[in-house]
Parts: sequence; C-alpha cells; structure tokens
Amino acid sequence: MSDAASPDRAGLVLRVEQRGPIPLDAALHAAPGEVTALVGPSGSGKSTLLRAVAGHYRPARGRITVGSETWLDSGAGVDVAPHRRRAGLVFQSYALFPHLTALENVAAALGHLPRDARPARARELIDLVRLAGLEDRHPAQLSGGQQQRVAVARALAREPAVLLLDEPFSAVDRTTREKLYRELADMRKRLAMPVVLVTHDLEEALMLADRLTLLQRGRTIQHGRPYEVLARPASVQAARLLGLRNVFEGEVVEHRAAPQHTLLRWRGYVLEAAAATVFAPGARVAWIVSSARVVLHRRERPSRGESENPVRGIIGDAVRLGDLTHATLYVDGDPEAPLRFSVPTHVAERNRVAAGGPATVSLLAEAIHLMPRDSGEP
Amino acid sequence: MDLEALWLSLRLGALTVLVLLPLGVIVGRWLAYRSFPGKSVAEAAVALPLVLPPTVFGFYLLVAFGAASPIGAAWQAAFGRPLVFTFEGLLIASVIFNIPFAIQPMQRAFEAIPSALREAAASCGMTPWQVLRRIELPLAWPGILTGMVLSFAHTLGEFGIVLMVGGSVPGETRTVAIAIYDRVQAFDDAGAARMSAFLLAVSLIAITATFVLSRRVGRRLA
Repeated sequence: MSDAASPDRAGLVLRVEQRGPIPLDAALHAAPGEVTALVGPSGSGKSTLLRAVAGHYRPARGRITVGSETWLDSGAGVDVAPHRRRAGLVFQSYALFPHLTALENVAAALGHLPRDARPARARELIDLVRLAGLEDRHPAQLSGGQQQRVAVARALAREPAVLLLDEPFSAVDRTTREKLYRELADMRKRLAMPVVLVTHDLEEALMLADRLTLLQRGRTIQHGRPYEVLARPASVQAARLLGLRNVFEGEVVEHRAAPQHTLLRWRGYVLEAAAATVFAPGARVAWIVSSARVVLHRRERPSRGESENPVRGIIGDAVRLGDLTHATLYVDGDPEAPLRFSVPTHVAERNRVAAGGPATVSLLAEAIHLMPRDSGEP
Repeated sequence: MDLEALWLSLRLGALTVLVLLPLGVIVGRWLAYRSFPGKSVAEAAVALPLVLPPTVFGFYLLVAFGAASPIGAAWQAAFGRPLVFTFEGLLIASVIFNIPFAIQPMQRAFEAIPSALREAAASCGMTPWQVLRRIELPLAWPGILTGMVLSFAHTLGEFGIVLMVGGSVPGETRTVAIAIYDRVQAFDDAGAARMSAFLLAVSLIAITATFVLSRRVGRRLA
C-alpha cells in the first residue's frame, strides 16, 4: 500500500542533549519497518523526545535525521518547521479536532494531495482503521478506541516518514487496549516507516516492539532487542527500570572454559553464572537473576536441577496471585538477602511454600547476569 | 426617539467592533500562547479600563487628544480636524475603553484550546496560518463573538467617557446614552424611557444571543 513508501533504510536517527530545563542526553535509532519502544518512568522525557522529533520541542543541541532528510541540526542551524516534517504523531489524548468529523479529521492531514483527491483517500484510511460507517461522527460521539483509530488514520494520512505513538493505549479500557494491540501488530507488517512507541508499560513494549530503548531522566541508558535487554540489563539502573528485583552484589572468582561459566562468590556460595569475561577475577560486580529462573526444589525428592547453584533459606512471604504464587526467600534466613521467585500456585501448595518454612532453590546459571556495580545512581 | 443619536451609537458600536476584532484576535492570541517577561503588566494594562472610573479615563484621553498635546496637534495637522469633540476622537476613545471587553474573552477562548491540538494541526502539515484559520478560529469563535458583542453593547451604553471626550455634539458625538441624559435634563421622561427601553432590549438580546451560541457550540464540542 502507498503508506509504505519510504525506501530509505536509515530510518530515524536522533541525538539530542541539553542541561535544562528538561535535562536530555539521548540517542535513538528506529529502523524502518520496526517498532522501537521508548520505555521509561513518567517524567523521564519520553514525550519530550517524541515532540522533539515532530518539531514541537526544540532541544538546545542535537541532530535528528529521518532517511535522507535532516529535520534538526543545531550545529548547522537547521530546524525544520513542524508542518514541514513528515511525522505522523498520535497523541496520548489523541488531540482530534473536536469541530471536525472523523473523515474531516483525517482529510485535514491530506493537504499534500489535490483537493478533489482528498475525500477518497480519507475514506480509504477510515476503512483501513475499520471505522467505515462512523466517518461523519464528531470525536465526542466516538468511543476511546474509535478516537484512537481516527488519530492513527490521521497520522498515516500524511504518508509520514516516521510514525510516532505517544502512549496511545493509556486512555482506553483493557479490552479495547488488547484489541488495539492486535491491530497495531497487524498493521505494522504493512508499514515500512520506523515506528516509535512511547510507553511506561514494559509488558506493552515486550509485546509490540522489535527494539527497546530505556530512558531515565532524559538519558537513554540501553538499547536492544526487548528480551535481550530484559535478560541482560547493562546496569543496575537499567535493571531497576525494568522492574527486576533480584539485584545483588558479589565477587568474580574465576572464568571457566568448559562449560563456559564465570564463578561468582556471593555470601557463602560460589555460583556458576553466564560467562562474563569482561570482569577480572576479584572484581566486585552486581548480578541479577530473573525471578522466573529461580527453581524451587521439591521437598520429597531431589530435583534434577539440584546441583545447579543450590541456595537455602527461609520463606519470608508467599503471595498467591491467581495461578502464580510470588514468594521471597530469605537466603540463609537473612532478610537482607531477599530472593524473589514465582512458581505455579499448585507447586507452591504441594511444596508447602509458606512464610517461615524452609526452602531450597536453584539459580539457573545461564540466567545469572553480571553487571558493573552501581555508580551511585538509584 | 433621537434617531440621529441612535444611528450615531450604532455606527460607533459597529466601527469599534470592527477595529477591535483583529486587534482582539491578535493580542488575545498572543497573550494566550506567549510567555514573556512583563506579561502580567501587559495583562494588567489590558484590564485597566475595567477598574478605572470612566471620568478618570476620559480626563486622560481629553488631555492626550487636546490641541495642546502632540497627538492632538498631529491629528489636527494631518486631517484638519481636532480629535476632541469629534466622532473620530470618540471612536478612538471607545476602542481603547473596550479593549478588556474584547480581548479578555478572546484570550480565554484561545487559552482553552489544548496545545496538543495545535501541535497535531502542525503535524498534519498545516502552516501556522492554516492552523489559525482551520483549527483555532473555529474553536475560539464563541469567545471571539462574546468579545464582539460585549464591546458593542458596552459602546452603546458608555456615558462618562463619551461626555468627557466628545461632549454632546448632535450628529457628531451625541450617543443614545448622552441623549437619554439630555432628555432627562429637559424633563422629557417619555423620550428618555423610550430610548432606555431600546438600549435595554438591544443589550439583552445581544447577551442572550452570545450565551445561546456559546452553549450550542459547547455542547457540540463536549
């Protein structure tokens, strides 16, 4: 389809920095045909970066290019006006024009077409987002999900060089959101431009994005494939941003060649971890293990993983949330070393996982990831 | 009924609105969207006529427009007519005195447009001029209309400043409000009553019309 008309493979490349009023130190690359999620807590500058791409926010220094076009180059004095940047922008609030119908909202972004070609193209886009029959309604007469689709149709109407989605799913109910997720996943196969999705919801990013960029206080701290970032955060800061809670400190003992492991001393244990040869033996490091990679030993009989990094302790708490039970193991009975893990509720019940009871778990070696120690940032 | 005074008042009201419409849109929009040092002072200056007694304001204008003042002298030299006690002087006074009535509702109307809407319009490829014409004005027009109606009705009713700057020259500066006062002075209560009733009706209709229109638009956009 004609929306997919960006042959340039460079995509969106952004590099901006400034001290204030909103501190920014961000680099972003969004490849054509890929969804890049920009993830960070509220106030981390996600929307500001998006607005900078669209030209609604001017950072002190920076360079923003899309394909072969340069939209901002503070060094060269280039700052293309927002209406000349082909950026399709879907706002969190949708920002539909309340005095125009759905069709007119879409047609408002068709200024690049001859006047008599606009209604037909607007109808095509309305059909694309499955709103046929509702084109003559005003935004106030549409549901949240329908408004979101008008906003998407309007953003695509310009045949944008980049599609920018600013928390587009935050204002709709859960059922509508899941439907819209599927529609976006379906639609992105047909879009050839880079798509930047701003969200504070990590699960949303994991579900929809090909790439993930973590943003904190205006600084991009990690970029990569979503599950890689999740499994191997670059720093303690990134791990905390990803909601990972099993973050500890230990000491590298040595690196083993076969099987390739790094041995890590933690409390009284020597743990086998995924190879991390960048850290010299003796180095103090931070390490994480995903709560889904902590395996509970059966009480009655030893499990196969028993030999893999067994760790003993006392259950600090066990909270049942539907089919999953989230538990905390105080390693060696020490509440200062809380190891979180999740098990299916029936497993928790069979093994009598309850506060105060003893338990032994295995930490899967490949899931133990080493990182530099915290540089002081929270 | 003093038809000459009525015609003069309507003319004065219409011309005042005509001058204030572009001025109010430009200044109101500027105050709504720009922040600059001294903005509070600018807004206070705009609101000043609301709190200043018309006679005080009229006095300063009389001094400023008089033949002895640079403004008055320049006007006299340019047009061969004085500014005080003429229709032109009255019009300028009326425009200045109506500034808050025109600008404030227009400023509020522009402020009420979410900034995301203007950004969305630009990202749709609209030039700033197209954004103004196709998005801002259609959304702000109830406020713009309110400003126009308030200025018009207020011009018809203004008394103190007209008396100070214009006096009561028939066909030149004698407005309905002044004519009513003259009628009362001449013990013509019936004449005063007719004109008063007329002013009351015009004002009531104008205000009602703005409320109805604003509400209708408000419902549509809600």
